[in-house]
Amino acid sequence: MSALRVYIEGVGLWSPQLADFAALRSLLAGNTPEPPSARPAAATLPPNERRRAPESVLLAIEVAGQAVAMSGHSASELACIFASAHGDQPITDYMCATLAQTPAELSPIRFHNSVHNAPVGYWTIATGCHAPSTALAAQRASFGASLLEAASQVLVEQRPVLLVCSDTASSGPLLEVTGCTQSFGCALVLAPESSATTMASLRLSLTTSRVISSLAEPLAHWREANASAGALPLLALLAEGHGRCQLDAAATLGLQIDMDHI
Amino acid sequence: MPVLMTPLAITAYTTTSAMGHGLAAQLDAIQHTRSGLRPNDFSSAPLACWIGRVAGVEDTALPVAQAGWDCRNNRLAWLGLNQDGFLARVLAARERYGAQRIALLLGTSTASIGATEEAYRRLDADGGFADDMLRPAIHAPHSLSAFVTAALGLEGPCMTISTACSSSAKVFASAERLIRLGLVDAAVVGGVDTLCDSVLFGFNSLELVSTEPCRPFDAARDGISIGEAAGFALLERIDAAPDAAQLLGYGEASDAHHMSTPHPDGLGAELALRDALMRAGLDAGQVDYINLHGTASQKNDEVEAALVNRAFPARTRASSTKGFTGHTLGAAGIVEATIALQAIEHGLIPGNLGGNTPDPICGAQFAWRNEHQRVDVALSNSFGFGGNNACLAFARAGFAA
Repeated sequence: MSALRVYIEGVGLWSPQLADFAALRSLLAGNTPEPPSARPAAATLPPNERRRAPESVLLAIEVAGQAVAMSGHSASELACIFASAHGDQPITDYMCATLAQTPAELSPIRFHNSVHNAPVGYWTIATGCHAPSTALAAQRASFGASLLEAASQVLVEQRPVLLVCSDTASSGPLLEVTGCTQSFGCALVLAPESSATTMASLRLSLTTSRVISSLAEPLAHWREANASAGALPLLALLAEGHGRCQLDAAATLGLQIDMDHI
Repeated sequence: MPVLMTPLAITAYTTTSAMGHGLAAQLDAIQHTRSGLRPNDFSSAPLACWIGRVAGVEDTALPVAQAGWDCRNNRLAWLGLNQDGFLARVLAARERYGAQRIALLLGTSTASIGATEEAYRRLDADGGFADDMLRPAIHAPHSLSAFVTAALGLEGPCMTISTACSSSAKVFASAERLIRLGLVDAAVVGGVDTLCDSVLFGFNSLELVSTEPCRPFDAARDGISIGEAAGFALLERIDAAPDAAQLLGYGEASDAHHMSTPHPDGLGAELALRDALMRAGLDAGQVDYINLHGTASQKNDEVEAALVNRAFPARTRASSTKGFTGHTLGAAGIVEATIALQAIEHGLIPGNLGGNTPDPICGAQFAWRNEHQRVDVALSNSFGFGGNNACLAFARAGFAA
């Protein structure tokens, strides 16, 4: 297999500590970035949707909006891949608790927001996007697996793709099994060729070696606290501009990433 | 603009649903117009509806090495893998290509959420999960794929696609891309969804569940019947199996309209259809059979019947088979792919079970009863919440568009 080469044209990031990718860059440069407000702004959503949307949707749409704005692409033209290890955990907690007590009272809105593709559904509606859209999960390898899916769409379809990977914090008894203690979301816009907005090129190859990149604190702790933060080695590399890192693509498969300046 | 796709061989496939275990049971149920639906005897509290429940799931035991994955959804997955010699075909492919050269892509809408529901029904005194439910891996959407990849001993790319009711159609598209790029030589695709309170009471809360067996495309249809199913297919390059049926194309598109209601003009559904035909190099007139999404919801059937009417000539035959299986949600794509493949293999167009008083919006394409004719090309439609649409195109071995 030859390596897959794709180009990063935009990046988005949100966590309780980091408002965007610039905040990560600032942190890694030794500064203390200002933390964002408690709820992701998700300005791409119409105001009425923004008020009603669950945090999982706000988080995914916030980082998607950041990355697309940076790329200069029109959101309606981008195929979209939204990944999440656990989906909307507060809704899962609500649904399982309600089903155990008063199942006939289940909220129809929360039920349709419980589908794994709710964030990408809201995104396509808000941006008028008729392109293919998908929603993935692969536990702690969710970012690596969705990066592989994104790169394969970029190269086979020869079109730019929006990749989002996000999980919100868990709540209720579910927390004990997901271990997801804080929110984290990130997004990339990937393209088949370099352009004026290209930030870096990536060469991706699958490997049987499963030594994932180590991280310094506080990034190591953030990765521990959220499966989607498995993206952090790549994001940290992007802040530097070049180098090599490795992520999990699956439970038994590594994804080696070589990044170059453009 | 999608480019013409090199067809892939479907070297093995299987399905298990309320129609029975394996392909022979499915064919027999269709030949004898025997629905698998029965009055709801599943939900943890009473709910007046009909369900497509798979017999024998409760008695299925997982392999000892995978005992930690035990839950209804993974039992149904294992039951399904053991039909039609599918397991042996995958193991032979693993020998041939190597475990890292086979991808596993499965679709599911709720995975093993039934186990999480159970954990919440019997929380221990301090409000936490009981000890036997403290198995983190089954309380996640990837539970199904992680279990199946372990059970099959596969080590290639492994992902779960969860786009509600289009999930296990979209896995064919993702698998084709991985094979085309040379990342793998083969892919196991499919999907599994099991009955659980979340979907029974959830669809009920949206007033989408009928109290009667579902009646797709019937003038008096009043909602869906929920079912469960497992299905799998093995995809390889065509030179590995020139005599196997083929995946000719796929199409994917988004409605950008509403979370739980289809676009009124079927915009996303039509884009997915056109995308699939273009990749397959087909004209609509070459399509012999379409297995429709046909859920028996008011809106879906109205929009889909109009699409069939404007896109296909009368010679193209169309039907929904949800009257046999119920709506198996994330598994519907693979179940209906196997029905399309059986239509090609056996020259049997399944009648649209439940449509006793056809809705006048339905055109001459509809097969209300079983029809026997040669089928070279068959499509399968799958649409999901969030306006997520997929269409698959299959063909007989040797078919040239």
